[in-house]
Amino acid sequence: MHSFEYASPATLKDALGLLGSSWSDAAVLAGGTDLISSMKDNLATPKRVVNIKGIKELSGISKSGGGLRIGAAVTVDELMENALVRAEYPSLVAAARGMGSPQIRNMGTVGGDLCQRPRCWYFRNGFGLLAMKNGKSLVEGGQNEFHAIFTDGPAKFVSASSFGPALIALGAKLKIASAAGNREVAAADFFKSPAAETDREIDLKPNEILTAIEIPAAKGTKNATYEVRNKEGLDWPLAAASVVLTMKGANVASAQIVMGHVGPTPVVAAEAAKSLAGKAITEETATAAGKAAVAGAKPLSDNGYKVHLAAVAVKRALLAAAGKA
Amino acid sequence: MPSYSYPPMENRRLIGKRITRLDGIQKASGKAKYNSDVRPAGTIHAVGLFSPHAHARVKSVDTSAAEKAPGFAAVTVVAPAGTELNWAGQEIAFLAAQTEEQAREALSLIKVEYEILPHLVREESLSKAGVRGKPAGEQVTGDPDAAFSAAGAVTHEAEYGIPVITHCCLEPHGQTVAWDGAANKIEFWPSTQNVSAVGGDLAKQLELPATSIHVHQDHIGGGFGSKFQSDNWGRESAKLSKMAGGKPVKFYLDRREELTIAGVRPSVFAKIKLAAKPDGEMTAWDSTTWMTGGFGGGGLNADLLPYVFRNVANRRINHTAVSTNNGASRAWRAPNHPQVCYITQAAMEDLAAKLKMDPVDFFLKNLDKTVRADVYKAQITKAADMIAWKTNWKPRGSSTGTVRRGLGLAIGTWGGAGHASQCRATIHPDGTALIEIGSQDLGTGTRTIITQVAAETFGLAMNAITLKLGDNNYPPSGASGGSTTVGGVSASTRKATVNALEKLFAAVAPTLGVPPEQLEAVDSKIQVKGNAAKSLTWKAACAKLGVSPIVETGANDPRNPGGLTTGGVGGCQMADVSVDTETGIVKINKVVAVQDVGMVVNPKTADSQMYGGIIMGICAALMEERVMDEMTGRFLNADMEFYKLAGAGDIGEIEVLMEVTPEHDKRGVIGVGEPSTVPTIAAIANAVTNAIGIRVPVLPLTPKNVLNALHNTSRRFA
Repeated sequence: MHSFEYASPATLKDALGLLGSSWSDAAVLAGGTDLISSMKDNLATPKRVVNIKGIKELSGISKSGGGLRIGAAVTVDELMENALVRAEYPSLVAAARGMGSPQIRNMGTVGGDLCQRPRCWYFRNGFGLLAMKNGKSLVEGGQNEFHAIFTDGPAKFVSASSFGPALIALGAKLKIASAAGNREVAAADFFKSPAAETDREIDLKPNEILTAIEIPAAKGTKNATYEVRNKEGLDWPLAAASVVLTMKGANVASAQIVMGHVGPTPVVAAEAAKSLAGKAITEETATAAGKAAVAGAKPLSDNGYKVHLAAVAVKRALLAAAGKA
Repeated sequence: MPSYSYPPMENRRLIGKRITRLDGIQKASGKAKYNSDVRPAGTIHAVGLFSPHAHARVKSVDTSAAEKAPGFAAVTVVAPAGTELNWAGQEIAFLAAQTEEQAREALSLIKVEYEILPHLVREESLSKAGVRGKPAGEQVTGDPDAAFSAAGAVTHEAEYGIPVITHCCLEPHGQTVAWDGAANKIEFWPSTQNVSAVGGDLAKQLELPATSIHVHQDHIGGGFGSKFQSDNWGRESAKLSKMAGGKPVKFYLDRREELTIAGVRPSVFAKIKLAAKPDGEMTAWDSTTWMTGGFGGGGLNADLLPYVFRNVANRRINHTAVSTNNGASRAWRAPNHPQVCYITQAAMEDLAAKLKMDPVDFFLKNLDKTVRADVYKAQITKAADMIAWKTNWKPRGSSTGTVRRGLGLAIGTWGGAGHASQCRATIHPDGTALIEIGSQDLGTGTRTIITQVAAETFGLAMNAITLKLGDNNYPPSGASGGSTTVGGVSASTRKATVNALEKLFAAVAPTLGVPPEQLEAVDSKIQVKGNAAKSLTWKAACAKLGVSPIVETGANDPRNPGGLTTGGVGGCQMADVSVDTETGIVKINKVVAVQDVGMVVNPKTADSQMYGGIIMGICAALMEERVMDEMTGRFLNADMEFYKLAGAGDIGEIEVLMEVTPEHDKRGVIGVGEPSTVPTIAAIANAVTNAIGIRVPVLPLTPKNVLNALHNTSRRFA
């Protein structure tokens, strides 16, 4: 870790004023569960670290419209224990619980979950975000059991976000601030598959701060998240799925299915979701939707098993949402 | 000469009792100080520069910029220009600065130029290993070809593999060391399994007399066989201390370095063919095995094959050690045994399935190929009862549904006889009793069992004994390897305390008016045997010593242990698992273990050793794997994130039955740290195969490997 300047501003305005135009100028510190280890490994080398945990505007969970506003600095534990969240959004609670370490749930934040860097072992060992060497992908030619099964571009890592798939399925919007003003981006558009080594995997600039997440009203929809993890305790999902079902009687009127840990971004399974319209959720329809969700998967040399896991995650998330797990 | 025998089972007050470990509260409350906590006044910090390449030649090393960095204290270069580096992680330089951060900053300014050379870091393909493989030569016994082709022979042939895993010591390797150059004295606080001899090892590296090194260690955060030496980082840290004017230098590997260069357990891959008569009598074994123990080779003792069932009449054994560009292997809890247990007994379970035999019957049928058939027969029978084998076992693949249950078994063996050990017992005139021994408590309960043995001999309460260990000024005791500690320290403590008590009896015999041999020590008194009325309190008895304490020693001689310790044990474990066939996730329902371990000094700490060994086996069976990348030559998961270990929720229920009978007891004390972990992997792998109906050939039993087996997409060896 290199020496750095540390700032702990009290307001969002002050915090934004401390950021720079490049990632090496300043880094935003919330829970620090990713940033600190990245700095120790020299993957992040900011000249300044801006702690945002003391900024009131970034905290708290409140009703907003018919839905919820979640401050970006809300901890995973706060989210998991919040009565409003528990009442309407079991998919978020399940995603939070999946981070199987109380220490990380106590320190890590919702915003941090969305902004964390990928866990790709080539990236973490210093071979770059795209892990290219002499024009060849180290991931494709090397050890890829935990990598993407949905890839179009050069990025082969998987998005590490636990909340991303659930927020996309729920139709959430992310609020982003910079000194120049505020903007809003759909959760579905926040995650990017980088085309170049210098690109980022999220739609956030070095001078911006993710301030809040707004989730529309659940309005009687059913939602669930299912993660496949090897370990009971702290472990990254091998595949995950979040679903939202709008029901008409016993049948699905419309569905959203989003898979996690299978691509450089959360992967929306639109066709699989459409195929459920007008059907009841049963073992058969859920299985079929799971298979449809992975129809476009292109596994690498050593991660074909993840295609099965993603299909199972979709099936089990659907059954859980329908109360049939 | 007095009798050193342990008191008869029925007369023991402390030995054989479930006494809670003496340092448990200290450890649980954080009061216990590990050497990685030791930071004497003025301590400076060292860090290491390690090769980023699996194979390279150093063209140049330039430390000039680093030496100008803030806080810089000293630097040593261990791989100067011209040095061939043979694994990623090999040491190049060590640097000390006032703070760890300054040391890391300065280290980043060292410029090294490399000539990159070709490397080999993966060994699972023997053909790709080519000349890097060193065949050991074929061993043939009997006529295996004739046995395989004999009429009626049922044969099974398959491939098995178990990857390299690492020790994962929670306290990494390292030390604080202070070298006073003027006095030529070194104070040394290493994380070590070898308190009495690690100082001599450091002295040898530094070409100093052994007497110049003083070793201290109260607690160690895991070693598992990887912490016997003073290591390159110990030697270089000492030099840095001397260069920095004798300031203490603290150096510990970070997690990535710890997993990469501080020792691993070798892999084993195997092609195995075996045959039996239709009634299950095993007739032939043919194995081609290969493995890597890192660049230096190192290896498997192929003489262990077929494991435990060694005396199959006809056998052919070929073994090749593959030199790869990886850090060296080190002893890992029961070296070789878990791996060869897995490849042998997985193949046997597969043959039993082909014979449509219950594997319990198949193992029982072939116990005559082992050296302790009666022991294993009793253990298998008992373990089968504990896990309700007859009720719960179903023929392979007959479990249906998404989640399928299966049972598996395995048996193992180990030595565990006590090592050389010396102990000094002092009885002071004020009645205080001191035991000194140059041993170490690895967390196994060594403090507790030494205290039990001493207090038992003296007829005192546990808290009347002051025990000092963890210092090489105390009488030397062996390194804690091979499960040899409990046998060694129990024997030396028993002998030293019996010798001291003899002297005390002689001092008080005139007062009690009987010859010394008619005295006994019970209930904190010295009394005439069987006559509590004719007694002195311990304190009053010690007052008879006048001004001179009694100081007596006792030694365990491994060549002549006098019945106090012995070795050679058997154990049986059975596992009950559930496998989710959609996700490939294996859940341990229960592991049962029946273990033969001689005389048990403390059943509570012995059970803990069993739990620990079984948990390490569960980790290795389900999750552990060093992932080497041929593209970059790097160990990709040298962390605790993708190098996975089982947590509390993954372990299931463990039930241990320690065989404690007069028959076992009379063998003396035997260590249990290693036999506990030998059969676990094989038992779990056999249970998973029983559940899902197909062998997962290469461990660990991760979702990837289990699903690949279920979908018939397992990778074959090239």
